[in-house]
Formats: sequence, structure tokens, C-alpha cells
Amino acid sequence: MNKIWLVIKREYLTRVRNRSFILSTILLPLFFIGFIFASAYFSATSTEKQKVAVSDSNGIFKNSFQSNSLITYEFPADVNAANFQEKGYTAFLKIPGDYNASNDSISLISTKQLGMDAEDKIKDQIDDAIRNQAFLQNNIDKKILDSINKLNENGMYHFRTVVKQGNKTEKSNSALSYGIGYGSGFLIYITLFIYGAAVMRGVMEEKMNRIAEVIISSVRPFQLMTGKILGIAAVGLTQLLIWIVLIVLLSTISTSFLTPETLQHAQAMNSSMGAAANNSAAMNFLSAKNTFLSANWALIIPCFLFYFVAGYLFYASLFAAVGSVVNEDPQEAQSLMLPITMPIILSFVIMTTAVGKPDAPIAVWGSIIPFSSPIVMMGRIPSGNVPGWQIIVSMLSLVAGFVLTTMLAAKIYRTGILLYGKKVTFKEMGKWLFRKS
Amino acid sequence: MTILELQNLKKYYATHKAVDDISFSIPEGNIFGLLGPNGAGKTTLLRMITGIFYPDSGNILFEGRKFNQLNDISKIGYMPEERGLYKKMKIGEQALYLARLKGMSRGDAMKKIKEWFVKFEMESWWNKKVNDLSKGMGQKLQFVITVLHEPKLLILDEPFSGLDPVNSNLIKDEIFNLAKAGTTIIFSTHRMEQVEEICNNIVLVNNGKKILDGSVGQIKDDFKEHIFKVGFDLMPDMMHNNGFNAFDIINIQEKYLTVKIREGYKPANVLQEILNQNTEIVSFNEILPSLNDIFIKVAGTKNHA
Repeated sequence: MNKIWLVIKREYLTRVRNRSFILSTILLPLFFIGFIFASAYFSATSTEKQKVAVSDSNGIFKNSFQSNSLITYEFPADVNAANFQEKGYTAFLKIPGDYNASNDSISLISTKQLGMDAEDKIKDQIDDAIRNQAFLQNNIDKKILDSINKLNENGMYHFRTVVKQGNKTEKSNSALSYGIGYGSGFLIYITLFIYGAAVMRGVMEEKMNRIAEVIISSVRPFQLMTGKILGIAAVGLTQLLIWIVLIVLLSTISTSFLTPETLQHAQAMNSSMGAAANNSAAMNFLSAKNTFLSANWALIIPCFLFYFVAGYLFYASLFAAVGSVVNEDPQEAQSLMLPITMPIILSFVIMTTAVGKPDAPIAVWGSIIPFSSPIVMMGRIPSGNVPGWQIIVSMLSLVAGFVLTTMLAAKIYRTGILLYGKKVTFKEMGKWLFRKS
Repeated sequence: MTILELQNLKKYYATHKAVDDISFSIPEGNIFGLLGPNGAGKTTLLRMITGIFYPDSGNILFEGRKFNQLNDISKIGYMPEERGLYKKMKIGEQALYLARLKGMSRGDAMKKIKEWFVKFEMESWWNKKVNDLSKGMGQKLQFVITVLHEPKLLILDEPFSGLDPVNSNLIKDEIFNLAKAGTTIIFSTHRMEQVEEICNNIVLVNNGKKILDGSVGQIKDDFKEHIFKVGFDLMPDMMHNNGFNAFDIINIQEKYLTVKIREGYKPANVLQEILNQNTEIVSFNEILPSLNDIFIKVAGTKNHA
């Protein structure tokens, strides 16, 4: 036991005192937050302004089309499909008299693709115009039509979601659950890659430095492997702690910069660009900052810590096993890593479904099977929909999982770490698993 | 007392038999040579002695009891052929870490490290990283780390490879000092000339089998070919003839004559025949075969240095 502790201490201190650790710990959250704001900013300013020339044979669309800062519509008489570009337009919209005829249709002509967003917006305008026309043809007064069109539904009512279980009633926020679920699942996903890879690299270093033999003559391979895994776990937790502190600090500072105007602008940009799922979650997240604290932290935080650590332990030993069989060639590491990275990536994909539909069968199964549970379960938990028994089963199976992977990895590690020169296949590793100690 | 005894050790791999029924014992305080060409099975043997590998069959007795890695490892020091240290770790810190893994307390370890560093003139390197050391410095460091915890059994696998003569001498002296103080040393190499200088007993292995086992003197004696070297102040002319009874001339140099005594004759006969020629003999000694020669004879393969 004492020897494992010595190894843990050494693994921890050498990494934490490294300059790159300090840099990455402090810079990463800065990058992350900067990235969110920068991408929002850039996608707004880099959107090309479209100027569409419309040829409207029916004359009904002129009063209907709404121009805004991103797409302006004009109805010049002398512009056609051949000359729209030299006249200064980015696109030409031809609306023939009978736009439903099989041989004639509404055509949007441009020198390059306008992109889905712009095309959708233009189609929306056409839909609105046709609907308005239908109303007018049915003798609805134009003034009444205009006033209805100007209605802003969002300003007319207040919407809240409440979850009632038995006698308990709680305010809920699905968007918030989505955000937290996605965020924590994503965080664990990144962690598994970063720290799993760190374990693998550490093992490879010892093998390539040839120090493995010197140390193995003093400690059992199992002690060295677990000491390394736990030491790196401690590094990960330290980094997580620093990040949490930094992010809390930075968000409190940044919200003071987040004035109502910027928020409105962000929402305007969002509505004019089309709602991608991520964006709306992010926007709701920002605007629901106050309700952030209302989330079920008492459950979320302990579960997060558990899955963070247990998920890491599950995969770290697999990374250690892979690292121990790699020879001089680091390319080998990439191909051997594949069977480990695939389940992790798959878990992430399942999680993206699970956050939106926490009760879908794939979400439930994904959150119980140890390969994917660390990421998927964290995607489900913030929704509050997960029954206690599922959490317990999931946790137990993950614990059993990492005990098993550690035992298997130890067998591969103890042989691989001293084997040089031979390229190891999976079949060979299988043989080591069954070799008696 | 016998510090180490190997009984019928076997270790077979899928493709070849690395150790094929080897037994020998090592008395305490001995400087013991484990010899053989590359691929003979030496490293596998050593790894079994240090508990890194498990034998497929056979026993290892350490200090009379069955070898138990957990207990006995603190009494063994092992310097593997492939030198290895954490490249980016500072030297002092690394020596301390490795000493503590052997079971030394922090205080003892620090004291010993400082002693050895002074002895090898390494004190100024304490905060250097292994990366920054030259090869010779690295070997010295590796040696220090191996002997730090005062093991009773010291195993050195090719300790001189890559060392310049000055550092080789330094290590050689330390080996003698340690042996004098009671440490048993297993010295594994395929460089026979080093063995003759240093070792008391040797075991020669090849293809996983033990070929020779005994003290250096006794083995050389077993293989002697009755060759003598006669030294002259001035080589008399008649020596160039080969008309002697007691011996054949093998080699003539400016001042030396190498002869092989014929069957049935003794060294005294040779001396007499030469003296009868009225010459001044300056020296007369037996040339025992070098271990290198013995090895080539016994193993039948070219021994590459």
C-alpha cells in the first residue's frame, strides 16, 4: 500500500508542477468562454448581407416581403436573371404568374449558393405572402391582417414548466436541464480523452525510457499501474476544481458585461439565423442565468463527481494496457487506441439524444451500461426524470466495470511493459489474459 | 553461506527455450560472473532472480529460503542492461523516489544519496534533469541508484557498456569495495576480458543451457593447453629451428617464444632443452587460455564483443 502511495505522489507532483499543466488549466476555460462569445460574434458579422431583386408578376408579394438587416428585398423593373449581379444584387427571385404550374416555378437565381439559412428565410417570406393573400381573398380586412401579423406572441403570455410528483411540485426548465446535461456529459467526454491519453503516454514513457525494468524490480506491476492511474486522477480532479473556480469567477464577471442590449442583439441574431439546437440551448442558458441556481444541484454534483472519477477509472486502465504494448512506434498507439475511443465517442452520440429525450430506451440503456454510462447518465440526470433505482444500478455496474477492467488491464500491463520489439496483436493480448499469474 | 541457489529453472517461450534446466549456487560475498553470448538466456535468468519473471518450473532460494519478491526485493539491487530513468525528472528527486520504492526511509535515503554523490563527484548535479546528463554521467547515476539501499545481492547487467576507461575503473573499484564489504555481486556480460579481471566464480550459459560452472582459475586450468611463453633478452638463432623434443614452437616474436609442450613432457623439460642452448632466459610463464578462447571452444560460435 505504501508503495502505491509513493507512486501516486510522484505521478501527481511531476505533472502538477509542470508548466504546461498550469498553462492548460488556466487557459482552457478562458479559451472555452472566449470561443462561445467569439463564435456568436463572428457568425453574426460574417453573414453576408443579401440583396434580392424580386420579379413579381402577380404583384402580391411587394407589400408582403419584410426586409431586415440581413436580407433586403427590392422590386426593380429593369432587373432580370441575366443582369442582377451587375446591377448590384446578390440574387434574383423570379415569381411567375402561375407559380404552381408544373413547368414554371418560383426560382431563386444566384451566382453562388445562398445557404440553407437564407433560402429558408426567403421561403418563409413567400409562405407568409401567400397566406396573407389567401386571407385577403377571403375578405379579411387588410388593416386587421396587418395588426395580427405584428403580434409578438412572446410578449403576450408568461410560460412556465412545473413538474409534479405526488405532493411535490417543482419549477422545471427543460432547456436548462438540456444545457447542464450536455455540458457535464461533454466535460466527462473530454476528460476521458485527455486523462486517458495522459495515462497511456505515461506508461509508454516508462516503457520507452526503459525505466520500467528498474521500477518493476522494486514494485509489483499492479502497484505501478494503479499508482499511475490514481495519481493522474488526482491531477484531473485538481484541474477540474481550478476550472470550476475560474469559470464561476469569469461568469460572474462576464454577466456584468452582458447588458440587456447585447442579450437582445444575441436573440435577434439567433432568430434571423434559424434555430440550431445548440444555439437555442445556449441562448436559453444565458437568459436563464438566474434560474441556473434552481437546478437540482444536490443530485447533479455528487453524481457528476462519481461518474467523473468512476468513468475515468474504467477507461484509464484500458489506456494503460494499450500503452504497455506499444513499442517504439507511436503510430501503433493510434491504431490500438481505436477500440477504446470508439465506445467513448459512441457514448457522446447517445448522450446528445439522451439530453433531449431522457426516457428513450437508448438513453436508459446507455446510462446503465458501464461503457457509456459516465457520459450518458450525466446527460439524463439534470432532467430529474431518472428513477433512483436506475442510478443505483448504473453506479454499481460502473464500479464492477472498473474493477474488471483494472484486473484485465493489469494482466496485459505486467507482460507488455517489459516486452520489446515484438508487435503485439489483440490475439496475443488475449493469451496473456488467460495466462496464470 | 549460499546467498542464492537456482534449482532446475526453466522458462520456455512459444518460439524458443530461454532457460532450459539451469542450476547453480552463489556463495555470499562472491563476485559471480554470468556469461554467455547475446540471446543465451542471461537476461531472462536475471529477471527471474529479481522476480520480474516467473519461472515455468524450478526453484529459486534466496538466503536459504524460497524467494519471495515482496520481502526479498529490498535486499536486491538490479541494474538492467537497458539503462532507464525518467528523463525529465530531477536527479536528486529521482534517486530519492527509487530508494523509497525499495523501502528506505526518507532520512536514510537522503543521507546515502549524498554520500554516493560525493564519492562519484556528482553533488553539483542534484537539480539537473536526466536529459541533461552525458551518457557516462547517466551510467554513474544508474549505478548509484542501484546500490543506494545497500543490497546484499547486487545484479549488474553489462554495467560497463558505453563507459569510458576512467568511469569503468571507477565502477570496477566500487564493485571490489562492495564485495569486500560483504555484498554478493552477479555480473552479467558477454565481454570475457572484463570477467577475468573481476570475477571469482563464473557460469557460462548458451542456448538456455549451463555449459561451465566453477571458479575462474579452475576453469582456465581445466582448459589449459600447456602453452608457455619464454622471454629472451636476445633471441638466439637456433630457436628458429623446430628441432626440439619437448615442445613445438607456435609463435616467434622479437623477444618471445610461444611454445606448446608435447605430450609426455613437462615444463622442466622445456626449460632444460632451451637452457642447453646456452641462452639467457628472462621469463618463463604459462599462458592460460582466455575465457574468450574457452568460450569459443565450448560454445563453438563466434563471440562478438
